[in-house]
Amino acid sequence: MDRILNLVFTTDFISSVIRVTTPILFATMAVLMSERAGVVNISVEGAMLISSLMGVVGSAYTGSAWIGLLIAVLSGIVYSWILAVFHLRLNTNIVLTGIALNLLASGLTVFILFLLTGDKGVSTALPSKVLPNVSIPLIKNIPILGNIISGQNFLTYIAILSVFVIHIFLKRTRLGTYIRAAGEAPEAVETAGKSVKSIRQKALIISGALAGCGGAFMSMAYLSMFTKDMIAGRGFIALAAEAMGKGNPILSFVVSLLFGFADALSNNMQLLSIPSEITRIVPYLVTIFALAIYSGRDLTKKKNPI
Amino acid sequence: MPDLIQMKEISKIYGNGIYANRHVSFSVREGEIHALVGENGAGKSTLMKVLYGLEKPDSGEILINEKPVTFSSPQDAMKMGIGMVHQHFMLVGSLTVTENVVLGYEPMSGIFIDHNKARQKVMQLSESFNLKIDPDIRTSDLAVGLKQKVEILKALYRGAKILILDEPTAVLTPQETEELFTQLKSLKKQGFTVIFISHKLKEVKAISDRISVMRRGEMIATVNTQDVSEHDISEMMVGSNITGKIEKEKANPKESYLEIKNLVWHDNNKKAVVNGISLTVRSGEIVGIAGVEGNGQDELIELITGLKAPDSGEIILLGKSTNGKKIRQRRKMGMAYIPSDRMTLGIAREMSIENNIISTKLDDKSIYNTIFLSRQKIKSLSKKLISDFNIKCRSERTEIGMLSGGNIQKVVVAREFSSNSKIIIAEQPTRGIDVGAAEFIHKKLIELRDNGCAVLLVSADLDELKKLSDSIVVLYNGKITAYIDDVSDVSDSDLGNYMLGVKKQSDEEIGRAYNA
Repeated sequence: MDRILNLVFTTDFISSVIRVTTPILFATMAVLMSERAGVVNISVEGAMLISSLMGVVGSAYTGSAWIGLLIAVLSGIVYSWILAVFHLRLNTNIVLTGIALNLLASGLTVFILFLLTGDKGVSTALPSKVLPNVSIPLIKNIPILGNIISGQNFLTYIAILSVFVIHIFLKRTRLGTYIRAAGEAPEAVETAGKSVKSIRQKALIISGALAGCGGAFMSMAYLSMFTKDMIAGRGFIALAAEAMGKGNPILSFVVSLLFGFADALSNNMQLLSIPSEITRIVPYLVTIFALAIYSGRDLTKKKNPI
Repeated sequence: MPDLIQMKEISKIYGNGIYANRHVSFSVREGEIHALVGENGAGKSTLMKVLYGLEKPDSGEILINEKPVTFSSPQDAMKMGIGMVHQHFMLVGSLTVTENVVLGYEPMSGIFIDHNKARQKVMQLSESFNLKIDPDIRTSDLAVGLKQKVEILKALYRGAKILILDEPTAVLTPQETEELFTQLKSLKKQGFTVIFISHKLKEVKAISDRISVMRRGEMIATVNTQDVSEHDISEMMVGSNITGKIEKEKANPKESYLEIKNLVWHDNNKKAVVNGISLTVRSGEIVGIAGVEGNGQDELIELITGLKAPDSGEIILLGKSTNGKKIRQRRKMGMAYIPSDRMTLGIAREMSIENNIISTKLDDKSIYNTIFLSRQKIKSLSKKLISDFNIKCRSERTEIGMLSGGNIQKVVVAREFSSNSKIIIAEQPTRGIDVGAAEFIHKKLIELRDNGCAVLLVSADLDELKKLSDSIVVLYNGKITAYIDDVSDVSDSDLGNYMLGVKKQSDEEIGRAYNA
């Protein structure tokens, strides 16, 4: 136990919490955007996976990490847009479509990887680029805090910024207000003469772009390559984070930090010669417990005898 | 003066082949309050949906100011100055009054909504039309009457000169109704045109200049309000004489069947929604519960039926405590329940009439052949109930969701009344159904009372309460504010005062609800 505590209270650890929170945070914001518009988007996982591969492929063939990022974001958007077409235009069941897209992503990425490299597991054969870390002048010189805040990846800052941008976007802009209204009372939006479908489609596109950033972070910052199924459930953890954050961007951010903490703990516990089969369970265990406590609190409120 | 709106020979056929409107012609003059009346399913709402661009007519044309128009969406209608206040409010609960009113037409500054300007505009509107309301409050926190004001403001903000109100008084107290009427009259003075859908004849008579009556998808007549009596209108609506009164003997109550002692229930915010209610319903009487929606009556019924568990207090059915008893056990003890929300609690929409009828009878051996359900027995039971309760349907196998509201309710009532229950909890048993079906259900309730059942009736319709109840209990804020033992003796305004908590009886008088 002491060893774990020693591990947790270091600047390195706190800095790693922020780093591993980044993909969860992008995923959470992606889920949040669609959820607020009234669409349960479980295919964020798949969108991230596709984007992580496309980022690697894009950067490898163009030689530019930035173009790789752009391609990743576009793939996220396209993937989300496919969900929009199926759900909103062809009226398919949103959850089933989401599952299908997730399964497709898992298979398709391996297929593409195999076509390009002949390898079914990792993309080491591709000379892909990574996104730069940014050290912030002045702040980096502050003791302790400097090590935590400065020197993170470019996308980490974007992720944190996105929380506040989304907060203001939902509250103060026209589309943001429509998204909230479409999620809560679609008939009110429809009678106000706005198309709920087109609002939801826009929300899904934003959601896809955020998932794309999350995917790019995974393969171009967190690791410097693509590996099979590398999202490892972060898109699903995001569903929990969004629900526990009650759809509020700031609260959801705080909850995703909790999950990031669990993730970082699991990574670092491996250093303590605890078998990785056990440590890898930690983030998912935390998710289940957090959800159970969260909804358990709801249940006691209801006192339902049925 | 030429008519402002002319709808000519409008026909609308729905997917199931039913004519909702059959060659309906309807016209409205500028600056009048025009009532559109008819039973449920008469086609009023369809006609208005056509006018508001929500439904496309299969034939016919609409002229506004003598110019033909075609609406393919509500925006087209709005552009011509038509606004609609829906029966079910179209509000976003977490948005403020201002945000709701301007929704879809926000003033902008740059990429952001100009909230100050929006707020100002809403304030101006509310002032000039005397629709007083706090622009910054979330609409989910508003009372029903105020929500309606927001809806009216919304229509006015969008530039409506013609307002369609779909059964606006269905959810209002007598006082709120009066306030609405004052506002409508002042709108009329300012040159607005109002189309008022209703089936409450008293109100129609009080507010309208002209009345159009629809029946079974057809327009029966348009008359000047002053030329006709309520009786005349009701005759046109149903096509036969219906008195509106009901024959019943004086109640002859016997032992107590349902006893409620000091019942308390708190919601999530620790608010006592049901706050110490005690009352008794005896064999052979109908006790009515009056109250503005949201004053604890829904929760009281949920506690009695077992959908919720009380925090303290007791409910006694036929001498036995219900503490810890589940819904099915309570039903077995002799309780029947007609829920107000028939579509979700009363029926399984996509199942047949037959299956809906047996849904509460699956413990009953009489529908089984040894271990399997007997098709034959179920069929004959269903056929019998369909004919006893005069349910209009193609067969007992018809999907219940295909029936009209009145007939769906008849199925629910048939199921509940056929279980030999001693205690009937009837919650809004005739809300939104046509006069004929309502009267049928009223008669059945009286019949059950005379056969010795105890009936607890919750209704938002004061006329219904007064017509049926032997005594009335008024709820306000989770407490009983009045017990009225002589229903013939009470005026609407007295009831309204008790319902709004303006007046309250002494504890002694209220205690009679339990001890009488």
